[in-house]
Amino acid sequence: MSAQAAIRQEERDESYYLASQWQLMWRKFRRHRLALVGMSIIAVLYFIALFPEFLSTSDYQLRHSGYAKAPPHTIYFLDDDGVFHFPPFVYEMKQTLDMETLQRIYNEERDQRYPLRFFTRGDPWKILGLIETDIHLVNVDKPGVVFFFGTDEFGRDMFSRTMQAARISLSIGFIGVVISFVLGCLIGGISGYYGGIIDVFIQRVIEFLISIPHIPLWIALAAALPANWSSTQVYFGITIILSILSWPNLARIVRGKLLELREADFVMAARISNMNDFDIIVKHLLPSFASFLIVALSLSVPFMIISETALSFLQIGIRPPAVSWGVLLQGAQNIRALSQSPWLLIPGIFVIITVLSFNYVGDALRDAADPYKQ
Amino acid sequence: MLVLTGPARRPEPGMLRYIVQRLIYMVIVLWLISIATFIIIQLPPGDYLSSVIERLESAGGNVSDEIIEGLRLRYGLDLPIHLRYFNWFSSVLQGNYGFSYTWQQPVRDIIGERLVLTFAIALLSAIVTYAVAIPIGIYSATHQYSVGDYVVSFIGFIGMAVPNFMLALVMMYVAFRFFGHNLSGLFSPEFIDQPWSLAKVGDLVKHLIIPVVVVGTAGTAGMIRVLRGTLLDELNKQYVITARSKGVSETTLLFKYPVRLALNPIVSGLASLFPALVSGGVITAIVLSLPTVGPMLLKALIAQDTFLTATLLMFITVMTVFGTTVSDVLLVVLDPRIRMDRGVA
Repeated sequence: MSAQAAIRQEERDESYYLASQWQLMWRKFRRHRLALVGMSIIAVLYFIALFPEFLSTSDYQLRHSGYAKAPPHTIYFLDDDGVFHFPPFVYEMKQTLDMETLQRIYNEERDQRYPLRFFTRGDPWKILGLIETDIHLVNVDKPGVVFFFGTDEFGRDMFSRTMQAARISLSIGFIGVVISFVLGCLIGGISGYYGGIIDVFIQRVIEFLISIPHIPLWIALAAALPANWSSTQVYFGITIILSILSWPNLARIVRGKLLELREADFVMAARISNMNDFDIIVKHLLPSFASFLIVALSLSVPFMIISETALSFLQIGIRPPAVSWGVLLQGAQNIRALSQSPWLLIPGIFVIITVLSFNYVGDALRDAADPYKQ
Repeated sequence: MLVLTGPARRPEPGMLRYIVQRLIYMVIVLWLISIATFIIIQLPPGDYLSSVIERLESAGGNVSDEIIEGLRLRYGLDLPIHLRYFNWFSSVLQGNYGFSYTWQQPVRDIIGERLVLTFAIALLSAIVTYAVAIPIGIYSATHQYSVGDYVVSFIGFIGMAVPNFMLALVMMYVAFRFFGHNLSGLFSPEFIDQPWSLAKVGDLVKHLIIPVVVVGTAGTAGMIRVLRGTLLDELNKQYVITARSKGVSETTLLFKYPVRLALNPIVSGLASLFPALVSGGVITAIVLSLPTVGPMLLKALIAQDTFLTATLLMFITVMTVFGTTVSDVLLVVLDPRIRMDRGVA
């Protein structure tokens, strides 16, 4: 080892002892390659959720006549003569009816090519509902159409719908977690900080809520939402229903930690300096185990996303015309639809990828937050 | 089971007290559930009577005020709410759960078979979960960072990430596409009205594979991860090193203490496993159109068939509470440390 390398090594060792708790966590987190991949995927997914129109190739509500239940387009780089094309292209799809089975069959028209155009102009949309623009990531020239994920029974483009659905599916996990975070911290905080009879009561309520099977109760609550509510109201209703049953777990963690910490010297110091209870909980106690909270939160987001998908799939969650991944999966509800158009399951793949990413990140966070693990 | 080997233990007085405490707590929870159920019955706008009157009127009859008054008296609807609750509760205790107007039958007559099947699927799934998770978890921990370990961890993660209903859909699709079976429902059409025979049992088993696998998968994945984690912690402890240095064989070394200790969280996991299995079963059954309580509950909820809904919710919850209690008692029997922790001993 050269002298310089030795010095650098020494500095690195030194920086380990000087690093703050968060820096240490980040170091440990970085070592989980899969978690880093998961984090990037989550970033991409939330980009989709923020700007679904940018990625859409057509309006997600538009019914393309003559393209019902069309399979996904194949993207070609080589044409029939073996000539390489960039950008790649798709062939025109033509619908014919099989007179025996009365099913639609789609064939590629080899003489009509539509090259994919990047950053092309199309339907106008508003960035975050504010700035108007008409730039889209990728599309083909009119009158061509391209369906990366095929179409549903009404000829609506599944790709654009999947992009649009990301907005509700991903935000419901996020907002739901925020609500259950506030509830969990507040109730768990009260329970752990005061102890005694309040604690016993809250703990019994929590045990009761945990012992009820979630899905039947969710189904019951979701089915109780009035039928005449607008999509937005239903959206918030579902979010609240999902949070109702997920705060108890968080409340338990908070309580356990508070019981451990409330005897600590720094709490006594704060109390002697005449700080009120609420401030002690919020300013001193919660930050001291913030890392545990973040882990619990990152692990409960996927849980919410799956639950929303399941409720919408059963047609008692998000209601059309609003779309979430669960709503899109309704199309794949029976074996016949599934065997005819298996591409209707693609939104489900998005659910799986999202949940996997959150799980990997949450898992790595848990390792990183554990101060006894090197 | 391993944990029970050794001199036979007589139940200590402390343990008995704990079990009694647990049972009292169970009764309280069951009582709370009955109140929640009653509230659900009362929740929908209009009461049971208005739907009865509506049906009488739609049938063409003219319902006079006297008849309405008579009906109100008969159903006790003019009583204060706590008395109505008491009436309802006592009729439930007698096995009278009200009338389902979507099925046009008393609730009691239509739920029995479905409850049995629901319970059977949950129980089978629990057995499958343990049978699969324990060996794999042990393998995964003893072969840490091997290819097998990575594969198992990855499959475990996937198992947790795939929504139950999607797994059911995909398996049904695969079975249909590659094996040509339509596995929805509980029996193939040709067996439905047949008397019981070996072929019919075989058909039933074939149809039960998917629900049991689907419902069991999520729990299995979680359990493998817990078992692997705890076992890894145990394997690094001093006593294992001591035992190894004394020349204890690897197998004895593994099964004598670390595995036994690592099984504890698994047993306590039973408490949360059971609600999860029942929940998972509900959605899976809806997708696979199994005649369990799942699809029935969904239909009843959408049709606002209050008595049926409430009774089903009540039974599902009661089933869960029983499962939780059993697992808690089991845990205390298995693990002496818990008796100490809870101040029972």
